[in-house]
Amino acid sequence: MKKMIVAAIAAVSLLGSANAFAAPLKVVSTTQDLGSIAKEVGGDKVTVDALAQGYQDPHFVEAKPSFILKLHSADLLIAVGRELEIGWLPPLVNQSRNTRIQPNGDRYLDASQTAKILEIPTGQLTRAMGDVHPSGNPHYWLSPDNGRRIAQLIQKKLSEISPADAPYFAQRYADFDRRLAESEKRWTATMAPFKGVKVVTYHRSWPNFTDAFGLDVVGYVEPKPGIPPSPSHTLDLIQEMKRQQVKIIMVEPYFDRKTPDAIARETGAQVVVLAPSVGGEKEVTDYFKLFDYNTNLVANAIKQTGAK
Amino acid sequence: MAMCLSVRRAACSGLALCTLMATPLFAQNVPVPAASAAASQDPQQIRRELDRLRQEFEAIRDSYGARLAALESRLGGAAAPAATPPAAGEAPAAPVPPQPPQAAGVDVPSGAAGAGGPQGALPVYGNTGASSKVFNPDMAVIGNFLGATGSNRVQPAPALEMHEAEVTFQAVVDPYARADLFLTASPTGAEIEEGFLTLTSLPGGLLAKVGKMKQQFGKVNTMHAHTLPWVDVPIVMNNLLGGEEGLNDSGISVSKLLLNPFFFLEATGEVYQGDSGVFKTYKRSDVSWLGRLRGYRDLTEGTNLDIGASFATGHNDVWPDTTTKLFGVDATLRYRPLRRAIYHRFMGRTELIWSRKWHGDGDQAAFGMYASGEYQFAQRWFAGGRYDRSGRADDASLIDKGGSFIVTFWPSEFSQIRGQLRRTDYAIGRPANEALFQFLFSIGAHGAHVF
Repeated sequence: MKKMIVAAIAAVSLLGSANAFAAPLKVVSTTQDLGSIAKEVGGDKVTVDALAQGYQDPHFVEAKPSFILKLHSADLLIAVGRELEIGWLPPLVNQSRNTRIQPNGDRYLDASQTAKILEIPTGQLTRAMGDVHPSGNPHYWLSPDNGRRIAQLIQKKLSEISPADAPYFAQRYADFDRRLAESEKRWTATMAPFKGVKVVTYHRSWPNFTDAFGLDVVGYVEPKPGIPPSPSHTLDLIQEMKRQQVKIIMVEPYFDRKTPDAIARETGAQVVVLAPSVGGEKEVTDYFKLFDYNTNLVANAIKQTGAK
Repeated sequence: MAMCLSVRRAACSGLALCTLMATPLFAQNVPVPAASAAASQDPQQIRRELDRLRQEFEAIRDSYGARLAALESRLGGAAAPAATPPAAGEAPAAPVPPQPPQAAGVDVPSGAAGAGGPQGALPVYGNTGASSKVFNPDMAVIGNFLGATGSNRVQPAPALEMHEAEVTFQAVVDPYARADLFLTASPTGAEIEEGFLTLTSLPGGLLAKVGKMKQQFGKVNTMHAHTLPWVDVPIVMNNLLGGEEGLNDSGISVSKLLLNPFFFLEATGEVYQGDSGVFKTYKRSDVSWLGRLRGYRDLTEGTNLDIGASFATGHNDVWPDTTTKLFGVDATLRYRPLRRAIYHRFMGRTELIWSRKWHGDGDQAAFGMYASGEYQFAQRWFAGGRYDRSGRADDASLIDKGGSFIVTFWPSEFSQIRGQLRRTDYAIGRPANEALFQFLFSIGAHGAHVF
């Protein structure tokens, strides 16, 4: 009986792997950014399905059973990591009945492994600090260099899964890397005149972006990560923005604009609703357009407001 | 990447060994045998070489420490790595144990480093398990404080009560399973609310749970008190499902996805010891059985429908050969616009439950239900209502009815304040008008919310 079961399992897994070579790999990513990069590297050897939409707050995604179905048949799960998805991904993975994509499985890829992670807290952490991420800021995909690192990680993983296609993935990665380097020059050129410009952001979503393009974040609309704006904090922020002449408020599309708009009226600043992710706005359809969109928007707003 | 990492690790420990071997030898100015050729040339050169090696080692150790710190904090939630003072004078033993994160080490005065002594962060001794703490389960405690005003002579609840403290331990056991343990302490005592092993790597699309758990009968029965959208539980829980804890027993649960192109469909079969609020066991074979079918479909990206049917049967408490059969239907409609997901959502839910309890000389066929709605109208505010109606399992002609209005405020994701106005028309006794309130708080690792 035991032998039969083992034989059956072996047969099933052989069939499974044979299929994997024939059909494109089913890649499921938790966000559209990772999905876009996976598509760049995987080309037509992969199909990509992202769980969270780009205009959705990636901290608060509902663990819908329809996601369980996607994960059930996934050949590879790529997650942002750094506790970004801790509120919704674990129960989905648990219920997926897909052994390989469990966090210890060979088909689970934490995209943050090689990324440059900012704001890793040191010292004692408490929830009095708000919704802090103990292993650093999880919005790391917002710097082109991290996009490159993620792509390289995905290339390695895909090549492991499908060694026959390794040269294809390597060539796709090289191509992505080349185009990214070219685009980076363009983005850097767009932002170069505005190095050191002071900005305020709603949530701490942008450190990698501001770091990459030399903006200086002097405050946040949220008093603490995940805590909604309070009147006293808003007043303090207005004072501080007036004092430092901050003219740019960067907001994610999933936050209410009421408070940022009120702050903007008081300070003469401009609210810029950026795309924190691929899919965050209609025209942001891939990883390149993400930076095209954001750098242009920020550069224009700085020009218009004469921010310094 | 994995390869790259392991190579780096190997390089790191190799380098660590070299440096550790080299450092004391160098301090005594004894020529290093392996480097004897170089020694004959120029001691200064060796010194520079060693310094360079030391710097490299430090750089690698720092990155390794940071990596470990990240790993540790990821696994251990916010738990700070424990640090005990290192035993002074102890020479580090080779191979070097994984370095604790920088914050946990003790910096050696910079002057000491020049003599070839220890430098940078010292490894922590006397706490051999420091690094194995990363394997500790995620822990959380959830406190549930209840208050009640108004009069209720039928089911009076205390004016103020620390109703429950729930302690949870959750971790992955091995590559094949994870475990979840929920212990509750309440004024009536301490108990295992749930404690089960989940086998996540079964073939055939199966998922199995073994242990004591809330039976998959409908929706409310499967939920912990702190995840309910009300202070109390619907009357039908008390009347037909055996009370606040409901159907909760030791057993085995197996569920399977029924894959089809149209919607999510899951079938669950469970067998239990047969001792829960409704069922009673007299002999080993008096197990209770449960079956559930759950369907789910996204209607739009923000709207979805969740429908289920459940059936349970087992021996009841009247006679050893009398049984109770339960049948339930539940439907949940959710709306949550993705772009404004943190500000608005709606959930409408109803459960209909039929109970058939044999008494030996006939049976009681009771019906109970609730219908509830909850709307989030601001980032931290919810308002809702519930209608209750239920017969009693032992006498279906006695029907209790009730209605509630609920307001909930979330100071943060980790605490909750709730008020509920409730009117209950009992089949026997005076109607009760009450104002209930609740404080909920959660400390520890961030538990995921089950959908």
